[in-house]
Amino acid sequence: MNAGTKFIIGAVVIVGSVGWLMASGIKETGQYFLTPSELSRKVATDPSFYNVGMKVGAHVVPGSVVREVATQTLTFRVTDGSAIYPVTFHGLPPDTFTDSVEVVVEGRLQADGVIHATNVLAKCGSRYEAVPKA
Amino acid sequence: MTLLGGSALWIAFLLGVWGAIAGFAGGRTGRPDLQRSARHAVFAMCAALLTAVFSLEWALFHHDFNIEYVAAYTSRNLPTFYTWSALYAGQKGSLLFWATVLTLFGSLAQLLTAGRHRVYLPYVAAVTAVVAAFFVCVMLFAANPFERLPYTPVDGRGLNPQLQNPGMVFHPPMLYLGYISITIPFAFAMAALLSKRLDADWLIAIRKWTLLSWLFLSVGICLGMWWAYVELGWGGYWAWDPVENASLLPWLTMTAFLHSVMIQEKRGMLKKWNLALIIGSWLLSILGTFITRSGVISSVHSFTQSPVGYFFLAFLVLAGSASFTLYAKRLPLLATETRLESMVSREASFFFNNLLLVGIAFSVLFGTLFPILSELVTGAKTTFSTTTFNRVNIPLGLALLVLTGIGPLIAWRRASIPNLKRQFVAPLTGGALALLMLLAGGMRDLWALLAISFGAFVTVTVAQEFWRGVRARHRQYGEAWLLALGRLVARNRRRYGGYVVHIGIVMLFVAFSGMAFKTETEATLRPGESVTLKSPYGWTYTFTHLGVSQYDALNRQVTAATVEVRRDGRKIGLLSPEKRQHVDAFNRPTFDPSTEPSIMSMLREDLYGVLGGVVNGTEQAVFRFTINPLVWWVWYGGMVVALGGLLVMWPGGGMPATKRSQAGYAVRLVGQA
Repeated sequence: MNAGTKFIIGAVVIVGSVGWLMASGIKETGQYFLTPSELSRKVATDPSFYNVGMKVGAHVVPGSVVREVATQTLTFRVTDGSAIYPVTFHGLPPDTFTDSVEVVVEGRLQADGVIHATNVLAKCGSRYEAVPKA
Repeated sequence: MTLLGGSALWIAFLLGVWGAIAGFAGGRTGRPDLQRSARHAVFAMCAALLTAVFSLEWALFHHDFNIEYVAAYTSRNLPTFYTWSALYAGQKGSLLFWATVLTLFGSLAQLLTAGRHRVYLPYVAAVTAVVAAFFVCVMLFAANPFERLPYTPVDGRGLNPQLQNPGMVFHPPMLYLGYISITIPFAFAMAALLSKRLDADWLIAIRKWTLLSWLFLSVGICLGMWWAYVELGWGGYWAWDPVENASLLPWLTMTAFLHSVMIQEKRGMLKKWNLALIIGSWLLSILGTFITRSGVISSVHSFTQSPVGYFFLAFLVLAGSASFTLYAKRLPLLATETRLESMVSREASFFFNNLLLVGIAFSVLFGTLFPILSELVTGAKTTFSTTTFNRVNIPLGLALLVLTGIGPLIAWRRASIPNLKRQFVAPLTGGALALLMLLAGGMRDLWALLAISFGAFVTVTVAQEFWRGVRARHRQYGEAWLLALGRLVARNRRRYGGYVVHIGIVMLFVAFSGMAFKTETEATLRPGESVTLKSPYGWTYTFTHLGVSQYDALNRQVTAATVEVRRDGRKIGLLSPEKRQHVDAFNRPTFDPSTEPSIMSMLREDLYGVLGGVVNGTEQAVFRFTINPLVWWVWYGGMVVALGGLLVMWPGGGMPATKRSQAGYAVRLVGQA
């Protein structure tokens, strides 16, 4: 076998493993990114869609935020205008989290209809742009 | 001043259009008057843009809040240091900064390019002018930094508190300088394609420029990690955020280029690949701007949606198709001069290194764009999570680390068995010893074990190279050891500077593997209460809450907690994490409260304390304490990388000699073909 052929085999191995790593990575750890109404449709058509890791992007319902500082529990509701889901989160929310921001909630929807968040990201306008006051 | 700035922008735009026309025409027809005119257009554009920068800075320092940009990013009580940096704190100002620096680099390229590479210069001027004119055009039609408000606010909004950090003053310009300076190699690549002078000459002309942009990108990325770590308070430095990924992409392809270019110089191979890498890196730098500016990808840091993104998309598509059409037309001129002789050769290991770097870049790009792609294909948006990125890139990164060690050890063309034995015995022993020591020490995390033992392997290869070089000089010239080391490095800056970079990369990999052992706890404590955390090294840290104090500082109200830290019962220091509320000159709150973590950084681990808040105005406070092993090594690894890069770039000394001999070698190969 000449060097060129061997090299091509090596290249195929590398390209193949990049592809395989990506495919398997997506399959096992890729997350759905849904809006609340997409989530409610998904749950309606596929009743087993509970306890699946996903991200939900939505607005926090103003006035729905309850912080229990002593137990570090945060509960709030998120909506995209049509569907509403309650969220509970245990931990420190980011600085920019208020009841008027857009959030990305990472977590699982449990059978009780509550999204149990493992992470809450508040979407500020940007790092660079000032957040316009609502 | 806005009149001055605004007209300077228009003048710059017209000069850019003329520079492009004159440059392309002058290059094609060879008319010296047009060529001179194109060159002068770049200089004049630079002067016009510097005038615009001057007028914006003048407005910033004179608090001319009638200008929307000034009112949006500064306030009367903003420290001077940050007022200056407000130039690039916002999108409009960054565009101005970008265009100005580009024409500055363009002018330097015109002035500093050595005699025999001057044939490329008209085209280089034209490409610089086109790109700079595009940026000016975006400012004029979509994001004018000199736009006035219908009224004059009494005070500005002030700078986002997260940007009021020294790291943030240097991080964006460093990254921008990296992004921007890729345009110069790209312009030379276009010039080589247009003038059909495609031997290794243009590569030599851009060598310093590619290193420069690589160096700026490296430093910019490291500063960005540092800023995220000390300012954002989530306890890490890299989150695979689209904005971070955007800066990593051109860094990866430039790193690939810096390696593969050596193969073209020495062996006349990979010409097509090298050109494609330069064009690709440049397009990635524009794509990065598009991703961060358009908000097409949902990111925590997504920028306000603005038409600017679509300007960039249009430019990206146009520039991409133009440059690759030209590239495709010239492919027949880019035939390789030699063939690969053996799999066990330095060429082969460099090919694989390139494939891995580009593979990583591809996976990061794909992961960043995945939400859009998956929505287009399946209708449901799926994202790459941090876990997905890590799963894909940790194995690829480790494979790359191994090649970092192997590459420099294998001979060019074909390595013999005795050569392999001579080179690999010590490094393999070193790697194996490190692995055994870690296992004996109780480390069980697979990736971390691999990362550190591969790191040891690479370190020994570099040490061996230095040792052999120094010993040879010591024996041959009778030089003292230190003198021999100094001369060795000085005479072969590229090679030994490269090794220093490799050591820095090893330090970074070791540091990254430390994050596998991160531990954290959250606690609500009354004064006097404490919480304990076990470190991965087996120590027990006790954090005791001593009390909360509140005071006013320069432009903020600070709530600070004091926490005593004990390691195995012995006091080692205090942490004082803060919560800050920034205020304007009238003591009205601006922005949301921000968190200022307190970090105790040590050689083996960092203690990272965050104050979540106080409970209803009492001194009871919520904390998060994190132990981050080996973070110190990220910053010092980054410095070593930068140091190595500087060594390679340092002018004078050994460089001309190396350059001559390598250029001679390349020319001879061309003659043979």
